[in-house]
Order: sequence, then structure tokens, then C-alpha cells
Amino acid sequence: MTPEEITAFEAKVQAYVGGEVSAPRTGKDDVNKAMIRHWAEVMGDENPVYTDEAFAATSAKHGIIAPPTMLLTWAMEGYSMAQTPAPDAKLDVQRELHAIFDAHGFTGVLGTNTRTEFYRDLRPGDQITSHQTIDSISERKNTARGVGYFVETVNTFTDQTGAKVGRQVFRVLKFQPNVATAEAKAATSDDAMPAAPARIQAPRGHDNAWWWEAIDAGKLLIQRCKQCGTLRHPPRPMCGVCNSTEWDSIESSLEGEVFSFTELSYPKFPGYPYPLVCGLIQLSEGTRLVANIVGCEADKVYIGMKVKGKVERVDDKTVLPNFYPA
Amino acid sequence: MNKTTRRFASVAVGEKLPPLTIPLTAGLIIGGAIVSRDFTPVHHDKKAAQAVGLPDVFMNILTSNGLMGRYVTDWAGPECTLKAIDVKLGAPNLPGFIMTISGEVKSRDEAAGTVDIAVSGDNNVWGTHMSGSVRVALPKEA
Repeated sequence: MTPEEITAFEAKVQAYVGGEVSAPRTGKDDVNKAMIRHWAEVMGDENPVYTDEAFAATSAKHGIIAPPTMLLTWAMEGYSMAQTPAPDAKLDVQRELHAIFDAHGFTGVLGTNTRTEFYRDLRPGDQITSHQTIDSISERKNTARGVGYFVETVNTFTDQTGAKVGRQVFRVLKFQPNVATAEAKAATSDDAMPAAPARIQAPRGHDNAWWWEAIDAGKLLIQRCKQCGTLRHPPRPMCGVCNSTEWDSIESSLEGEVFSFTELSYPKFPGYPYPLVCGLIQLSEGTRLVANIVGCEADKVYIGMKVKGKVERVDDKTVLPNFYPA
Repeated sequence: MNKTTRRFASVAVGEKLPPLTIPLTAGLIIGGAIVSRDFTPVHHDKKAAQAVGLPDVFMNILTSNGLMGRYVTDWAGPECTLKAIDVKLGAPNLPGFIMTISGEVKSRDEAAGTVDIAVSGDNNVWGTHMSGSVRVALPKEA
């Protein structure tokens, strides 16, 4: 698209902001026990106020209620969403808007945010009507999925008496699918699913590969200066005390205490177990080592805690020294 | 699930909810879309999902929303009342992944008898699928 075409396109879609999507839409089904039960089965939701009549009747709810998060479900259009509308079909405003996006290459759609408030519990027999308006369309954004626009709609829900029962803000990304990515995926394999990642591998170079190879063999080594006997970690070519480049190593007893530590909590990296406590361990031999503290609750770790290490396999690719409460 | 309902007074800011691990099957992803009456093809048709650059069908936001709500009401108990839920999606949830949901009580409103809980759902392959907050009212009387 040229800058002029983008401006014209944006003006065209922005004209929809503030408008009602359609006439208020009353759900095709009243709130009912069958749909509630189907939902609860799939969600694995065993809350007895949704499905257990006897329990619900004697509870503070005084009878079956619907899972609150089903709110939008009661007013969904349904199966016709899966079909391509006939060329002469009268589209509601939202589909009309999406059709404009589609025609300009923004064919992808992805729900990104939803914010819902519930004003009362819904019960079998309630009849839900949705009143939907297009609240905003963002400026053009570059996202991980492709270039696109965030479209925010607001749904107000009323019941059979006209009283408001809830409100939901819904934001979707209308985007140009990253075709190169999509085609590359199709070309490699239809079914190539991403595998669960392992931990990030430590780089192994000239000066430290020997140390990691010992870890792979189940041993925690500490480098020792051959000339003055000073221990050092992490591995490096020269002794900081006497400048000798001659060295050998000793095997650690894996006994020590927590010199310092931190808990990594956000963002969570796939491949790592959480809670994840990263410690600086003071080994009894005198050197310090960065390693995970495991085998106890994260909030039970303290500075000075006695620990005992174990060199162990933590995933398919990685062996590490882990430290447990002694 | 626990059939007793937590009382407002028994909940402290900083309390962590027990984590919930959910294996994500095609059945859950497609079934979740259907029971929420979301027939958008990317949630039940693998070819439609691949056309937008993902390898397989992916979970719809109403299922994520439902699972986040369930996670909090499982902990709070059947007589709690869900007041609000705010969900932001990150990495897609695909069949074969495993999602772990965790949560922590962030604040309490004494007058309203509500607590706000920060919730995160992380999958084992691409990381954070959803994050958000849930407001739930708990009974005050013992």
C-alpha cells in the first residue's frame, strides 16, 4: 500500500468508530442448563453451583447459576461465523468492517484482550441481549504476527427486563499474516509442531569447556594454580595472584552455604522450572559458584543456609550442579 | 474441587494460589471454541490456522477467559462471586502444549469484600499465554 492508500484505508475504517455493530442481538438460546453443563465439561470446571442442583439449591446461590465467563456465549452469532457469507448477504457492521480489512490484505484475526465486568449471576431462563459498539481502532502496528490494527468493541449485556447484567470490552488484532512465515511452515512440514525447549546452553570455549565436560561426567571441579595453589572460579587462563598460566584442578566436596540469591519470576522462560531460585554458593573449598537452589520452597532460602550440591541431569541437553538444603 | 468457600477475612495479600497444570489437547481447544459458540475457523480448522502462520488450531480467547475464571473460582469456592476478569493474551496455546496457571492475591477491598488476584498462564513451549487479573467477592461472615 502507498502512503496515500494507507491514509484512505484508515479514514474508511475509522468512520466505523462509535457506531453500533448491529441492532441489539438477543441470544438464540436462553441461559440453560445443557449449555452450562457442556461448558463445564470442556473447561474441567467442577464448581457444583453450575451443575449440581441439590448443592446449588442449598448454597448461597439458591440454585444453578451459569459460569460468569460464559456471558458473551449467550449472545454469540453461532455457526454462521464459520461460513463465507453469500455475496449479496446483508452484513452486520462488524463483518462489514472486517470485510474492508480483509479486502486490503488484513485477513488475520486474533483476540488479544478482553475485560469483563459482571453485575449479577445469570440463571437458567435469563434471556441475554447484547448491544455492541465499535469503540476504537488503533494506529497501524507492527506485531509478532504481522502488520495490523487493534479493533476494540464494547458489548453491554441486558436481561429480559432491560437491566444491565454485564459489560465486556473485546479487542482483536486484524493483521496481514506474515506470508513468508506461513509459507515456510507449509513448505517444511504440515505437522511440524514446535518442541518444548530445553534450557539455554552455556557457551563452551577454549578456557571453560573442560569444566563443563567434567560437569557432564558428574563432577564439579575447581581450577587450581600449579605454582601457588590458589583456587579460582569461573575458569580462566591466568592466576590472579601469581600470574602463572600453569593450572590443574581439584574436585569439589559440593558442600557450602548460600552467599546470596534471587528468585527469577518474570518473565518465565520456557524450559525452566518455577519457582526458580538462582544462588551464589560459597563452597567450603573457598570459591563461589552460581547455581540453582532446589529441593525447598523458594521463600525458605536464606543467606548463610547450609547447602549440599548434586551434579544432575535437568533436561535432555543439560547437566548442572544443583544445591539442596544440607 | 473444594466445596467450601473461602471467607474474606481468611485471605491475605501475597497469598499464592496453588498452580494448575492443564495438558492442551485438540479436544480442549476445539471443544472450548464450540462450547463458547465461537466458530471462527482458526479454532477448529488446522488449514485455516496455518493460513495465518500458526502450525495448528489455537485456543480462542473465551476459553482462556473461562479457564482463568475457573482457576480463581476453584480456589475461592462455590459461593464466591466473580465480579470482573481482565485477560491479555500472549503466545498462542496449541495442541500438545502444557499450560500451568498460577496466581497471587494482590489487593483486598474491605468495604466491597472483594480481592484482586493476578493470574498468569504459561505454556511450556512459547511462554506466557495469558496474564491478567480477576476480582472475586468472598463472603464476610464465618
